[in-house]
Amino acid sequence: MIELKKVSKYFGDKQVLFDINTTFLEGKVNLIIGRSGSGKTVLMKCLVGLHFPEEGVVLYNERDFHHMEMQEQRKLRAEMGMVFQGSALFDSMTIQENVMFPLDMFTNMTDKEKLDRVNFCLERVDLHNVNALYPAELSGGMKKRAAIARAIACKPKYLFCDEPNSGLDPKTSLVIDELITDITHEFGITTVVNTHDLNSVITIGETISFIYDGHLAWRGDKDNVLTSDSKELNDFIYAQPLTQRIRQSL
Amino acid sequence: MIEQIFITIGDYFIFLRKVFSKPDKWSIFFKKLVFEMDTMGIGSILIVSIVSIAMGSVITTQTAMQIESSWIPTWTVGFVSRTSIVMELCPTIISLLLVGNLGSRITAEIGSMRVTEQIDALEVMGINPASYLVLPKVISSLIVNPVLIIFSIFFALLGGYLTVAITGCVSTYDFMDGLTYCFRVYDVVYAVVKTFVFAFVMSSVAAFYGYKIDGGALELGKANTQGIVVSSFIVLVMNVLVTQIML
Repeated sequence: MIELKKVSKYFGDKQVLFDINTTFLEGKVNLIIGRSGSGKTVLMKCLVGLHFPEEGVVLYNERDFHHMEMQEQRKLRAEMGMVFQGSALFDSMTIQENVMFPLDMFTNMTDKEKLDRVNFCLERVDLHNVNALYPAELSGGMKKRAAIARAIACKPKYLFCDEPNSGLDPKTSLVIDELITDITHEFGITTVVNTHDLNSVITIGETISFIYDGHLAWRGDKDNVLTSDSKELNDFIYAQPLTQRIRQSL
Repeated sequence: MIEQIFITIGDYFIFLRKVFSKPDKWSIFFKKLVFEMDTMGIGSILIVSIVSIAMGSVITTQTAMQIESSWIPTWTVGFVSRTSIVMELCPTIISLLLVGNLGSRITAEIGSMRVTEQIDALEVMGINPASYLVLPKVISSLIVNPVLIIFSIFFALLGGYLTVAITGCVSTYDFMDGLTYCFRVYDVVYAVVKTFVFAFVMSSVAAFYGYKIDGGALELGKANTQGIVVSSFIVLVMNVLVTQIML
């Protein structure tokens, strides 16, 4: 479980996160949603240690991530996997080398064991015959899946996905959503997904934290996200004509 | 402006501290080191050879043109060419060439990794990106650049010899006589020490400018230019300093 207590973040004089209190549950897909520029990515970067919150704490199973010893922090980071918005695959490496990279760095597995694990992860994300290809040779959806394969290679306890559906067509987005949900449940991972894709919100959000202008404006799940009485959330959810029609039919 | 310069210098030394920390895995470090040495060394040898031959040829011709008086022995052409080539032209000019060639490659490579979040990905995994990405490049340039300069000296002298042989401005015997006259190993040591310092400046400054990019493609272009300009400037300043210390 990941817990945020009164997390605030500043860039110079500008405050971008205000006293965020929320919890991300183990074995569940936890969504952070909000408009572009609301502070979702900053919040996620605070979670994974790319940003240091000036106030508040981020607790991983009650361990304060930002104030722990360097060695302990490294150990915890080895338990994390992250899928970046642009996939962030290493473009000088083949897909096989990309997925094998965390295994090379953090395990003492033999070459055969590593290769088996790579093939298992690639199969799991439904990528076949791509071992020798470079990231530039893959489509957007395939890159996302390869990034998920790399993220799960070291059997992480925590999986973070920053806008995994951005730039993908609706059908591929569904595949990615399904994959993230399946992997989360199959391996009991605490997954945190940063998204503004409404389909993800109503299909995979087992917990949802809605960020509005750096504040946590609403917290709930996919079952009550459409019937909330939060004005800010409703403005966000029902901004498009399609969702307005859904609202009328509710 | 001055405050910004001091902040940048401070950031550079903080960056160096990160770079010179223990690699996460030695086997991966050595693998990357060999790869970098291959890319930097083999990749640069052709351009270094061509520029060196041309440089040797020009300096020999110009020296021969200046020495018209019959009071000055003709072997002076070889002697002056050798001294200029070994002590100044090869270490400095070729190092500046390598700043443009290897330095810009380093800035572009690390900068594009920063822009595409690959460096963030390393950091999230718990890897020290500065050490993982930059240390092999710095160590590699410290090994490769002096070797390239030795090659460069050889090719520049060869260029001078070929020019003399083809144009006949001085006899090849006199030229060779001048090349070997009063030869001091210390001159080569001085050239290698200079190159060593320049190589460190080139690789670390170029990597620093790539690493600290905050933005997109536009910033990458700016960083590349800044990296080359600042590295070249520091190389020239270090040239003066090392010369004052060693000579």
